[in-house]
Amino acid sequence: MIDKEILKLHYDIASGDYIKGGEASSNIKRALMQLGVDNDIIKRICVASYEAEINIVIHSLGGYMEMKIFEDRIELIASDIGPGISDIELAMTVGYSTATQGAREMGFGAGMGLPNIKTNCDELDIQSSEGGSTTITMKIYFNKVVS
Amino acid sequence: MKIREIKELLGSEPITCVDCLDEEVTYGFASDLMSDVLALSSSNHVLLITGLMNLQTIRTAEMKDIKFIVFVRGKVPDEGIIELARENGLCIICTKESMFWTCGVLFSNGLQGAKINK
Repeated sequence: MIDKEILKLHYDIASGDYIKGGEASSNIKRALMQLGVDNDIIKRICVASYEAEINIVIHSLGGYMEMKIFEDRIELIASDIGPGISDIELAMTVGYSTATQGAREMGFGAGMGLPNIKTNCDELDIQSSEGGSTTITMKIYFNKVVS
Repeated sequence: MKIREIKELLGSEPITCVDCLDEEVTYGFASDLMSDVLALSSSNHVLLITGLMNLQTIRTAEMKDIKFIVFVRGKVPDEGIIELARENGLCIICTKESMFWTCGVLFSNGLQGAKINK
């Protein structure tokens, strides 16, 4: 890994805000397009970023999204202030969801968020505890291809 | 399939991006679940058919570079949805028909099913 950071973007994400939800990922996409990042990589980053952002909107008490660009990779960090994930393995199961009816009415809560994030990342780390905060770190390398 | 043909089959004019009638889509994908749309393995030349009309539908299309959306069951987009679609160069067509009928008529006229991860 090369640890020279080229660019960092930070966005605060409000809990339950389905109007602004997705704006951070939209801004991240535009920044990556301006930088001339490969289109297939942008799509993978967008899906991971958007799912993580919507997760903060749906499930958390609020948090932030950060994108850091390094020479060899992009790191996305989605962090919130709680209430935490009680069983991460269960949360990673396709189809499992604790989303509210409101989230389902917005087209989410199908239990695909974390699986979609995993599919589109080269490395995924989830740190969480019940009653505490959750931080998801997603790494996507420029020279790797997801099958 | 050209957007012009879709317009004629559904009997509906595009609400946004009205000059895109000669652009083409090859695949169709129908869902009200946005995570299913995000899970598409390839979204190139895809038409999204959905009954879910809100800002997150437009955001989802933006994230996947999907440029064409058909909203079914007679739903009418509000100004916020139209504005976000315009900002992102998305073409919206609305039909009063059901999702089943819309998919059926487009499929039988040559639109293929989008590729999904299995």
